[in-house]
Parts: sequence; C-alpha cells; structure tokens
Amino acid sequence: MTTLLPPSELTAPPLAATNMAMIRGFFILLVFQLVGEVVARGLALPAPGPVIGLALLVVALALFRRWRPFDEEALAASDLGHAARGLLAALPLLFVPAGVGVVQYLGLLRDQGLALAAALVVSTVATLIATVGVFLLVKRLVGGWEKA
Amino acid sequence: MTPFRLWVYLQTTPLFWLTATIAAFLVADALARAAHRHPLVNPVAIAIALLGALLKLAGTDYQTYFNGAQFVHFMLGPATVALGVPIYTNLALVKRNFLPLVASLLVGAVVAITAAVLVAKGLGAPRTVLIALAPKSITAGVAMAVTEGLGGPAPLTGVLVIATGILGAVIVTPLMNMLGVTDYAARGFAVGLASHGIGTARAFAVDPVAGVFAGLAMGLNAIVTPAVIPALLPWLIG
Repeated sequence: MTTLLPPSELTAPPLAATNMAMIRGFFILLVFQLVGEVVARGLALPAPGPVIGLALLVVALALFRRWRPFDEEALAASDLGHAARGLLAALPLLFVPAGVGVVQYLGLLRDQGLALAAALVVSTVATLIATVGVFLLVKRLVGGWEKA
Repeated sequence: MTPFRLWVYLQTTPLFWLTATIAAFLVADALARAAHRHPLVNPVAIAIALLGALLKLAGTDYQTYFNGAQFVHFMLGPATVALGVPIYTNLALVKRNFLPLVASLLVGAVVAITAAVLVAKGLGAPRTVLIALAPKSITAGVAMAVTEGLGGPAPLTGVLVIATGILGAVIVTPLMNMLGVTDYAARGFAVGLASHGIGTARAFAVDPVAGVFAGLAMGLNAIVTPAVIPALLPWLIG
C-alpha cells in the first residue's frame, strides 16, 4: 500500500511530531511572557510583561545565534517561527473581544461622542504626521552626517 | 429540550460566544479580502459591529460575552512576545534607523497624549473621560492598567484603544500616500506608535518591513507612554 503514497507522504514527519512542533513553539512564547511578567513585577518596571518578554526573546535569539549559528530561513522553519507566524496572522482577531466592550458605553458615546470622535481623529492624524515627519527628518540629518 | 430553552442555555456558555467571535471575524475578514484589503473595510471594526448587534439581539451582557471571548483576548500576550521573531530577523534594519526611531518615538508619544486630551477638553469632556483618553495609543492591556492606576475608568480606555487602532489602520495608507511618504520603515513606525497592534496588523498586510517597524513602535510606546503620562497629564488637565 505504501507504494501508492506520493513521495512527500513518505518523507513527511509523523503527525505527532508536527503537532508537537506547534505546542513547543507556543510553549516558548508563553515562557518568555511568564519570565517577562516576573521581571516586570519583580523590578517594578513601567513596561508590561509581554513587552519585556518580547525584548528578552530578541536578546535570547541573538545570544543563541552566537552559540549555534542559524539563518533567517532556519528561524522561520523552527517551532518558534511557526508559532509566531501563526499568532501574528491572527493578530486582528485578538482585538475583537476588547472592542466589543463598546456595547457598555453606548450612553456615554451619545453624550460625549463628538468630543471623543474629534479627539481621536485629530490626535491620530497629528501623531501619524509628527512621527513620520520626525523619523524622516532625523534619518536625513543622520544620513547627511554620515556622508559628510 | 425545546429549541428556545436550548438557545437560552447556549447563549450563557463560553463555547457559544467564543465560536461567535471567530465566526464574526471570519465573515469580516472575507469581506475585507473581497474588497482587496481596502483600508475602509476594516475587519476588526466589522467583526465588532456584527458581535455588538448579536449581543443586542440576544439580550446578552458584555460580561457573559467576555467569559467566552477571553480565550481569544488572552492570546494578545503571547502574540506580543511573538513580534520578537520578525523584529530579530530585521535587527540590522532597526539598528540602521536607531536615531530616527528614538526621536520620533518621543515626539509621537507626547503628541498622541497631548492632542487627544486638549481636543476633548476643549469640547467639554469631563475629567474622567480625559484620563481614559490619555493612554489610548498603546496596546489595550497596558493602557487599561495606566488608567486604573490614575483612578480612571479602565474599560472605557479599552474601547478608546480599539477605536484608535481601527482609526489609524483606516487612515494611515491614504494619509501616507497623500504626503508622498515611500519609506515603509517610517510609515510602519508611525502607525504602530499611533495605533498599537491594530495598526501593526494593517502594516503587516501592506508591507513586511512596515509590519516590523510597527511592531517595534507598539512595543516601545507601551514603555514610553506609561512613563510620560503621570508627568504630562496634571499639566494638560490642569
């Protein structure tokens, strides 16, 4: 019977191994979040646990590479790479539950809707323009120094 | 069990609202795809509208809904950590843009807080609303913690955070095209700073480099904004 299978089926890892890869990748992310949480609380840092976890993950990847070199493709194909890509693809979905909280504030939105809408629109546009403007300005200045 | 009693049972279970959340998002995302990811057809906004209407129809309160949806909400933590992978992959690009990144981070964070609070104050919003508005550009969990620390209404901050995220994701592409900005690192950094994870999701949908810089801005602003607000807010609110 096995001769009827296409070659890819014969060389593919068993199903259990692929499933474990997803779990191992997710486990790594959870461990970094947990350590981030402990560091943030323990040192009373203003940054939240997941952000500290993100920073620690970048540092850990840099250290790991010195010890055992890997390239971009290997990282993408790793357990961690798979789990990270899967979660980031679902990122917009993850904001839906908090957003549905708007149903609790329909009264406030009727009373303060204009002020809130104006504040959000003006501030978002101003922030986008200020950030992109300063980014490009400083990049140009730095580029100028480097050439000079 | 009659169909009615079955429904009464189902709409109190976490399973039903978890399934409904994912279903609403799949419908919203299919619409966004059919619209070729047009910035106005934002999947997060559509999913929220669908679920809000469903809650109203079912007569279900938010707490019951969230008992089911919290499993999705929880994933925000590991997803934030996961941003470390694309950021690490693009570390050389990040290092090359280090100074522009730090300068625009500080200016952008202050502009986001100041503009929101001053406009709302000018239009007569009460003090509690001003407190809830201040951290609206950073990621939901952190923003809500900041408001709580100042004695403000944290759930309102959650809603304002999502609204800001959707707004930035909708505005950024037409605005940047209008301004003629072609540097995707700069575009991504701006939308991640102004509109946290929802802006980052939009940036990844447009360009991978924009996505990396958006994720970086989101992470850095979640550190800068909570540090700046206690100093800035008394001065703004007066």
